[in-house]
Amino acid sequence: MTKRLLPFLASAAALAAVAATAVAAPGTTSASCPTVTDGQLTIGTDNPAFPPWFGGGTKTSKWKINDPATGKGYESAVAYAIAKRLGFGKSQVKWTFVPFNKSFAPGSKSFDFDINQISITPARAKVVSFSRPYYDVNQAIVVNKGTKIATVRGIRGLARYKLGAQLGTTSYAFIKSQIKPAQQPAVFNSNATAVLALKNKQIDGLVVDLPTAFFVTAVQVPNGKILGQFENKGKTTDHFGVVLAKGSPLTACVNRAITSLRANGTLKRLQQLWLAKATGAPILK
Amino acid sequence: MAGEGDRRADLEVDRRPRLLDGLRSGGDPRRSVAIALLSTAVFFAVVVVAITHAPGWPAVRQQFFNWSEFKSTFPDIARAFVLNVKIFCIAEVFILVFALFLAVLRSLPGPVFFPLRALAIVYADLFRGIPTILVIAMLGFGAPALGLSYVPKSVVFWGIVSLVLIYSAYVSEVYRAGIDSIHPSQEAAARSLGLTRWQTMRRVILPQAVRRVIPPLLNDFIGLQKDTALVGTLGAIEAFQQSQIDTNATFNFTAYLAAAVLFVAVTIPLARFTDWLVARDRRRRQASGLAT
Repeated sequence: MTKRLLPFLASAAALAAVAATAVAAPGTTSASCPTVTDGQLTIGTDNPAFPPWFGGGTKTSKWKINDPATGKGYESAVAYAIAKRLGFGKSQVKWTFVPFNKSFAPGSKSFDFDINQISITPARAKVVSFSRPYYDVNQAIVVNKGTKIATVRGIRGLARYKLGAQLGTTSYAFIKSQIKPAQQPAVFNSNATAVLALKNKQIDGLVVDLPTAFFVTAVQVPNGKILGQFENKGKTTDHFGVVLAKGSPLTACVNRAITSLRANGTLKRLQQLWLAKATGAPILK
Repeated sequence: MAGEGDRRADLEVDRRPRLLDGLRSGGDPRRSVAIALLSTAVFFAVVVVAITHAPGWPAVRQQFFNWSEFKSTFPDIARAFVLNVKIFCIAEVFILVFALFLAVLRSLPGPVFFPLRALAIVYADLFRGIPTILVIAMLGFGAPALGLSYVPKSVVFWGIVSLVLIYSAYVSEVYRAGIDSIHPSQEAAARSLGLTRWQTMRRVILPQAVRRVIPPLLNDFIGLQKDTALVGTLGAIEAFQQSQIDTNATFNFTAYLAAAVLFVAVTIPLARFTDWLVARDRRRRQASGLAT
C-alpha cells in the first residue's frame, strides 16, 4: 500500500518559495478541471487504508480497516480539502479502491486522483502526473524491544542486521543506498506480512516512514519500538504527491489547491491534527 | 509383453499432425516451406499491425516494452534468479523421492495397508487442493511464529518445504499413473519367478513405470520452476520479487518482462528436451518391437 520516497523535510525556505509562487485564485470551473464523472470527484486509495493516513476505525464490509469517506486521518482530510478547493462538496466525493499497481498501469484511469502515500520520483513521473507534495516524511526503523539491534545508536551499526521493507515503498532503496546492509534485505508485499516477519524475528528491523512506524508500534507490534528516524541526507528529496493520469488537465487544478492549502496553513493544521504524535523520535546519525 | 500392440499404436501416433507437417515429406518440399513461411509472415504481420495501431500502444510500449528499462533492470533480476534456480533444484530432488514414496504407499495391496493408502490419498487431495501461496504463507510465517528455537526462521527453507509438500502431491499422482499402466501380468510373472513383493516393485514395476512418466514429470518440474516466484511473497528477493521492486520504483512493468525472459530461458530448453526424450523412446520401441 504505502509508497514513500526517501524522507526529507522540506526546508522552510522551500516552503516559502512555494508559497510565494502560489497562484492566488483557487476558483476553478468544471470546464477547465474535467473529472472522470461529471459533477463528482472520484478519489482512489488502496485497501486496507491504514492509520494515521486514514482514521476513525470505521471499517465497513468494503473498507477493511478505515473507510476513507469519513474525512478522518491525514490523507482523507487532505483529499476533502482539495475537493473543496475544486468546488466539490463532501457528498460529491466518491472513493474507489485502487491497488497500488493499478494506480500507474497504462490505460484510462478509474479515478481523478489517487492518494496513497506515493512518493514523487522523476522515473515515476515519466508515466503518471504527480501533484505538488502534500507531505514530506522521514524514514524510521522499528525493532523488537530487548533484541540486540535495539541497542544500536547510529545508522552504521544497522548494517550487520537483517532488515526488511515493504514493496513499493522507497524504504528498500533507502536501506540499500544509505544503510548498505551486509545481508540482502527482505521485501514484503504487504504491511501485514512485513509486520508479521518483524514479530517473528525473521527480520531484525523494519524500515517504514515515521508516521507508519508510530502506527506499527502502537497497534501492530506491541513489543516493538521505534529505534529512531533517519535524518535527511543526500540530494534526493522525498515527498508524497497525489497521482493523476499522465498529462491530466486536473493536475494544474490540484496543484493550485495544494499550494493554497499549504499557504493558508491548512496542511500544517491537518498534520498537527493527525500526525502530531508521529514526529518525535531520536535521529539516527 | 504387449510389443506388437504398442508398436502399431506408435505408428498411428506418428500420423498425428506435427509442427513440421508436410515440410519434410510428401509433395514439393520447397513449395511447402514457402507456404509455411508466407502463412507465418501474414499471421504475425496482422497481429503486429493490430497491436501497434491500437490507441494505447505508445503508453503500453513505454511501460511494458521499454528497452532502456530492460537493460537497467536485467542484471539485478538475473542475480536474483540464482535464488529461483537454487530453490527449484533443491526442491525437485526431494519431490522426486518423496512423491515416489507416496505413490508406492498408495499401491500397497491388502487390508493391512488400508491406513497408509488412505493417508496417501488424503495427502494428495489436500495438497493439490490448497492454493500454493497459502501453504507458503502458513509455513513461511506460521512455523517461525511458534517461537521454537529449533524451528528454522529462514523463509527460503520454508519456501522449499512448501513447494516439496505441494508438488509431491502432484508428482505422486504421476508416478501412480505410471505404476498403474504396467500390466498386472508383469507382477504376476515376477512373483511366480520367486521375487518378493518389494523386489517386484523395485526391479520390475518401477523401472518401467518411471520411464513412462518422464514427460509428465518434466512438465511438473516446469510448473515448479515458475512457482518458485511465490517464495518472494515471504520477503525473499528472487527474480519476480526483484522485478516487482523495480516496477514499483519506476512505475514501469518492463522489469516483469526481464524476469519472464529468464524463466522462459530455462523452461523452453527443458520442454524441447522432454519432446526429444519422448521421441527417442518411441523410436526405440519401434526399432525393437518391445515394450520397454
